[in-house]
Amino acid sequence: MKTIYYLLKKEFRQIFRNRAMLPILFVMPVVQLLVLSYAATFEVKNIRLHIVDNDQSAFSRELTQKFLVSDHFRLTGVSFSGRVAIDEMQRHNTDLILHIPAYFERDLVRNRKAQLMLSINAIDGAAAAVENVYAMSIIQDFNENIRVSMADDALPSERPKVFSITQSFWFNPELDYKTFMVPGILVLLVTMIAVFLAGMNIVREKEIGTLEQINVTPIKKHQFIIGKLLPFWLLALVELAGGLLMCWVIFGIGVAGSIWVVFLFASVYLLVVLGIGFFISNFANTQQQAMFLSWFFMVIFILMSGLFTPIESMPSWAQVLTEFNPVRYFVEVMRMVMLKGAGLDDILPQLTRLVIYAVLMNGLAVVGYKKVA
Amino acid sequence: MASIDPIISVQRLTKKFGTFTAVDAISFEVMKGEIFGFLGANGAGKTTAMKILIGISRPTSGTATVAGYDIYKETEQIKKSIGYMSQRFSLYNDLTIRENIEFFGGIYGLTQHQIRDKGEALVEKLGLQDNYKRPISDLPLGWKQKLAFSIALLHDPRIIFLDEPTGGVDPVTRRIFWNMIYEAAHRGVTIFVTTHYMDEAEYCNRVSMMVDGKIEALDSPGRLKDKYGVTSMNEVFVRLARNQTRGKDA
Amino acid sequence: MKGFITKEFFHIFRDRRSLIILFGMPIVQILLFGFAITNEIRNVNIAILDKAHDTSSERIIEKMLASGYFVMNGYLESEDEIEAIFQKGKIKAVVVFGPDLDRNLATGGNGAIQILADATDPNTANTIANYAASIVRDYQAEINLNTTVPFQIIPEVRMLYNPELKGVFMFIPGTMTVILMLVSAMMTSISIAREKEMGTMEVLLVSPLKPVQVVTGKVLPYILLSSINAAVILLLGYFVFKMPMEGSLIALMGTTLLFIITTLSLGILISTVAHTQQMAMMISLMGLMLPTIMLSGFVFPIDSMPWPLRFLSNLIPAKWFIIILKGLMLKGVSITYLWKEVLILVLMTLALIGLSVKKYAIRLT
Repeated sequence: MKTIYYLLKKEFRQIFRNRAMLPILFVMPVVQLLVLSYAATFEVKNIRLHIVDNDQSAFSRELTQKFLVSDHFRLTGVSFSGRVAIDEMQRHNTDLILHIPAYFERDLVRNRKAQLMLSINAIDGAAAAVENVYAMSIIQDFNENIRVSMADDALPSERPKVFSITQSFWFNPELDYKTFMVPGILVLLVTMIAVFLAGMNIVREKEIGTLEQINVTPIKKHQFIIGKLLPFWLLALVELAGGLLMCWVIFGIGVAGSIWVVFLFASVYLLVVLGIGFFISNFANTQQQAMFLSWFFMVIFILMSGLFTPIESMPSWAQVLTEFNPVRYFVEVMRMVMLKGAGLDDILPQLTRLVIYAVLMNGLAVVGYKKVA
Repeated sequence: MASIDPIISVQRLTKKFGTFTAVDAISFEVMKGEIFGFLGANGAGKTTAMKILIGISRPTSGTATVAGYDIYKETEQIKKSIGYMSQRFSLYNDLTIRENIEFFGGIYGLTQHQIRDKGEALVEKLGLQDNYKRPISDLPLGWKQKLAFSIALLHDPRIIFLDEPTGGVDPVTRRIFWNMIYEAAHRGVTIFVTTHYMDEAEYCNRVSMMVDGKIEALDSPGRLKDKYGVTSMNEVFVRLARNQTRGKDA
Repeated sequence: MKGFITKEFFHIFRDRRSLIILFGMPIVQILLFGFAITNEIRNVNIAILDKAHDTSSERIIEKMLASGYFVMNGYLESEDEIEAIFQKGKIKAVVVFGPDLDRNLATGGNGAIQILADATDPNTANTIANYAASIVRDYQAEINLNTTVPFQIIPEVRMLYNPELKGVFMFIPGTMTVILMLVSAMMTSISIAREKEMGTMEVLLVSPLKPVQVVTGKVLPYILLSSINAAVILLLGYFVFKMPMEGSLIALMGTTLLFIITTLSLGILISTVAHTQQMAMMISLMGLMLPTIMLSGFVFPIDSMPWPLRFLSNLIPAKWFIIILKGLMLKGVSITYLWKEVLILVLMTLALIGLSVKKYAIRLT
């Protein structure tokens, strides 16, 4: 319809004339993508280690050596006093303390048993658990070596039964965290642009008064919403395309599945998200309110989307809530299609859900928009 | 010239916000082609009443028709037949004159041809040819208002509603603006204008005075002045508003 | 001046919707973080390909399901099914038991168990694989009970400051920081930008109020709001999540106030650059909030980032404040231990204020 044509023309003109916003629209997401992709990792690296060696024996030095050559740990200090070590931790200079007690070597050789103490800064519980795993595996390795080198002393009946355990990692054998996070980050950026820009846009017109003028014209509600929807929908898709290109060029992460599936899903997803933005705008009178409301819901959606923490780990009531979260589905699908090469039929359940939500949200937005107060 | 055909007809129109009655059962008629001044202090209820007439606010009770259309059921038809210039500036600041004309013309269903022709005529009349392609934000306030007025007339509406159109400009510019209003009235457009400048009341065919949500006077400026034995509309207002409880002085 | 401040307060408190979000958001976030968001592994859907069907495999499967980490989601018949089932997305790991486990063990061979994890989420995959492996080793230790394994090193592990490994302890300082940033920096910048956009800024500047007074008047309400928010978050953390407060309360209040002022100066600086509210919001969001969340150590450990990012994170005030918070609340250190971080915050604040003043001076001339 011609009305929509004129609405679109006006909207695009306004967007591109907004000189100050353009870098924010196009440059910021690029920067974010780069920074966030490298920053967003839960891997635990460069663990600062402080060793208190009260034994000063060949064994203790060998153990220290093993920690030194490990990729995970970084030695920040060695001392003789537990107190000094704890102080270091209080001062945030170290993450983990390995305490090798006196007579360690003697106890191990003579009594076949010896103790060690690990003190871990557990403020970040998850990281502490991982640090624990790494440290233990080094210690166990060391333990095995001792056993093997002392094998002559072992009695035949003391050969333990051992399972051979092999771990194999599919789709991401190097456990590259970036591969996992980047599709999700793309989702995040595209979502933020859509929700904030679109929602704020309508409220901005409300605030400066042009919305009232529009309400006096014969423009119909659905024409108005479509006129606002389309430009940002297109913009977000362009951003997505740019983002995907960057992913490929910079990170080498391509789309294992079909790129059309990605765009099809993204199109529907954006309709949902924009619909939410518009729906929120019906409740806000100032841009500040709109921003707050959008921020409020977006934070919840993003945190509960499985982007940063797995949905399976959430309590069941939270998992039920995520069923209504469009971001969750987009994150899932992006990962499935980009990394595992999933096809259209694999993502059909998520797609159907989103189609329903799109119709619902935009319907609500149109109904909620009052031309007559 | 004013006729005897009412083009706006209002009966006991009321608008309440909770317990606050902004518009209290007002009744009046506006004749086709006249310049009707809707006066009153700030807060008296003028803008609220106008918003009902232009179809963006639903009344609590009472009836009204604008250009023959019912304000409850036929708001979309009303909107096709009227033009509006709001108190706050209603054109798009970041678009050029040409783009604003194109947008509003297109929205009201003008063809590309019409838009171009009318647009050119409008710009020439205002003497803004040089600024055709500059964003409106560059223009001084007085020009913006004249522009907004002209654009509101672009689609040849039968009535044009003006909400405090001359706020914040100097008296000379106000005079020029009123000349434009006269011209439009001359062409047969009915003008419904609210203002709190009492001297502008003199320019109208008839005026109504709202005080605390009610209409306390409705007549031509001349007859009102005679009635109260004063020589200016300002004094008429002072007499009527002496006991008002709402709003501040003009 | 007093009238101006009162107007600002009224302006804010009349905006009920914003207020509800302002106070409600931290509460919702903390509750979410405390109850819903976690990195711990639970209820992972796994599938089993059991070629052994003997005691070993059955007992190990039993142990896995009993652990609470894993949920059984199906038995596979062959390796061919594995890829497809990963692609469907629900199954995160497949455990393959090699044939003749019991027999291999008894004859001194090694029983073969494969743990295949869907590593699209490498962290989870790593953890899942490790958990599964440790369950197997647990079982292994059980069946080896009769044989005493010599040369045992017994490590004792102490988890300091947070023995229960509660995730929420990480998030409360971080959330507080983010909320303070939101209120102080973002809202302040938007509020000042609004005056500019609506044109009332010039009115203020022309008035007898000095620019310093204008800015202070704008900023004061947000200091109050931020402080209330900080208090709410801390109280929530303390009462609902048993977050300890080991250190000095006064030091905590003092450093929190310092940080609020730092973020306020950030907000003011942003407002000197932004001409419209939209710009102020976008800059605050993209240029401030996101980097803060990403690089401050709030969610992602700084030490795991590549060095350019680690360097960048030093420029973010939030990073230093989080260290202070953790030190005061969880480690119980005295403020003297944290002098470095406090000094950095003070210097940053001074620099920001200096920059803003300079920018304002340029504008007014």
